[in-house]
Amino acid sequence: MTTRIVELRKGVLKKNDELAHELRSRFEDAGLLVLNLVSSPGTGKTAFLERTLRELRAAGARPAALVGDLETDNDARRLAASGAPVRQINTHGRCHLEAEMIGQHLEGWNLADFDTLFIENVGNLVCPSSYDLGEAVRVALLSVTEGEDKPLKYPTIFNSADIAVITKIDLAAACEFDLGLARKNLHEVRPGITILETSSKTGEGFDAWHSLLESLRAGHPSLHAAHT
Amino acid sequence: MHELSIIQSVVSTVTEAMSARPERILRVRLLVGALSGVVEGALQFGYEIATDGTPLAGSKLEVVSLPVVIYCKHCEALREMEGVQSFRCPVCGTPSGDIRQGRELEIESVEIEEAA
Repeated sequence: MTTRIVELRKGVLKKNDELAHELRSRFEDAGLLVLNLVSSPGTGKTAFLERTLRELRAAGARPAALVGDLETDNDARRLAASGAPVRQINTHGRCHLEAEMIGQHLEGWNLADFDTLFIENVGNLVCPSSYDLGEAVRVALLSVTEGEDKPLKYPTIFNSADIAVITKIDLAAACEFDLGLARKNLHEVRPGITILETSSKTGEGFDAWHSLLESLRAGHPSLHAAHT
Repeated sequence: MHELSIIQSVVSTVTEAMSARPERILRVRLLVGALSGVVEGALQFGYEIATDGTPLAGSKLEVVSLPVVIYCKHCEALREMEGVQSFRCPVCGTPSGDIRQGRELEIESVEIEEAA
């Protein structure tokens, strides 16, 4: 039997990547800053967004959010209490969001009505790293209860992030969390990453977060790196 | 565990690309970067099930693992990394975020049975 090799050179996630590129163009045309938030389950993405949306609304900004979970609309209801437009994406077992789901859940929204769109990914530090959602900025969150070595255990997702947010900083002392070590580990897997320390409960660190969002909306070049 | 959906995407991409060819598909060669977020074992595990009843049924999946390659500004050279836990030049120790290889998830080629 003789065999022959046929070159294909095709990206496995080509379809997702193409959809993500279309979304990115739409977001850019609408002047909309889009952030993709990734973390383990329980890191406090929703609590972080609750405060973010509430404070942005109070400051006169126009945020919106898409929130991904396997089941329930609990998180969407929590976030909608801020008054911001929010939609839940139920993945029914899928462990990550894909660009197609984002496109479907934007239908009926006029993107020009918003200045910032937050996409809260499914709580998972593995699978979401492979899927571009068309975001301008990827934010990886890490809580002090998870341990300083989380970035070393899940380097792929932290390497793909532009910003790292350490959450539940009000619990740092109780957890004997070594901030210096966490920062060192983050820089090890993603040299130069921007790191914020926050508490969604006390509001610590949110001034820095809001200034960062403002500079991103103004088109700060160093953080506007595409992922593909 | 998103490897099954990755494999389904491999199957549909290969099936579409090879739809005009009658030859039997023997092997699919996949390039998987160390930062692609995909694990070889899980890919192999799902391959037989995902290819069943498709033109890829009975074929083998060959996974070629690609290490991360960074560009070191200090050395002005490309450097291959041993793992994905530290992004420092293995020669001079300078950190680098300039990744030149390692995010690939690509169907490189397909081996087919040549018609007699």
